Amino acid sequence: MKLQGKNAIITGAGRGIGAAIAELFAAQGANVACVSRTQANSDRTAEVVRAAGRRALALAVDVGDCAASEKAFDQVVAEFGTVDILVNNAGVTKDTLLMRMSEADWDEVLRVNLKGAFNWTKPAVKHMVKQRSGRIINISSVIGLIGNAGQCNYAASKAGLIGFTKSVARETATRGITCNAIAPGFIVSDMTSELPQAVKDKVLAGIPSGRFGEPADIAETSLFLASTASSYITGQVLAVDGGMVM
Amino acid sequence: MAEKSLEDKVKDIIVKQLGVNAEQVTPEAKFIEDLGADSLDTVELVMAIEEEFGVEVPDEDAEKLQTVANVIEYLKDKADL
Repeated sequence: MKLQGKNAIITGAGRGIGAAIAELFAAQGANVACVSRTQANSDRTAEVVRAAGRRALALAVDVGDCAASEKAFDQVVAEFGTVDILVNNAGVTKDTLLMRMSEADWDEVLRVNLKGAFNWTKPAVKHMVKQRSGRIINISSVIGLIGNAGQCNYAASKAGLIGFTKSVARETATRGITCNAIAPGFIVSDMTSELPQAVKDKVLAGIPSGRFGEPADIAETSLFLASTASSYITGQVLAVDGGMVM
Repeated sequence: MAEKSLEDKVKDIIVKQLGVNAEQVTPEAKFIEDLGADSLDTVELVMAIEEEFGVEVPDEDAEKLQTVANVIEYLKDKADL
């Protein structure tokens, strides 16, 4: 058990990559606070955590809402006592070409994907600095590294998350806290299933591994970054993408 | 037992936050130069003071709190503690 007795918060835990991380962390001994916008989705992942014999907390929170996020963070501390691991995974897309993009499309993606990480990392760092230990994992994207037509808002939010990760890593390194980013490539999930087949075929042609990734691929990397095995790694961006970006 | 003085409370917080001996916490002692605090320590110290005394210390005030005496004077001015 790599996370025996640890307490984790995972945002965007209701589906896809977040749900896979919650499941793996629980299997490795962690209690998990499952955060998503929809209570039913948080509940479902929390059930999976409980089925593994761990404690779970199902929270319905809009991570872009600062006050609600801080309140929810306090609720986790009240319930679990400590927070050892934070995974900022919640993310949305509002894809369209820049010339067609509304201000609302831009604002919403930045609010959830980037400000959401700020909203949860701030209380987490305050807590972890006192505790003198902690693991923060931000789920970015290869799109934050290479850009993508039709995703200037998403790419900006994910690139922003990388700068955020490195700054937090520098601020907190002396306190036994690590902060790293994972940049998933094309992962099979609800977010990517909406894409047209022609787009998927084109993406696949650019992946040296010749396959799309699974949420479990990201969960395993998150486990490594959450465990003691990675205590000397901070401020890094790990692309988990079948070789798509190198 | 009489309630601790403001000075003693501040001293206790500094000893705890910075992991120094009580004898080192003289009024003139500077947090960074004399007591070995780094930037995070000073932020933590201000947060601990806010918590203990129920006051809010804005950033522009926090910057001026460089010595033990600075903190005690500041708190006395701030809230008639």
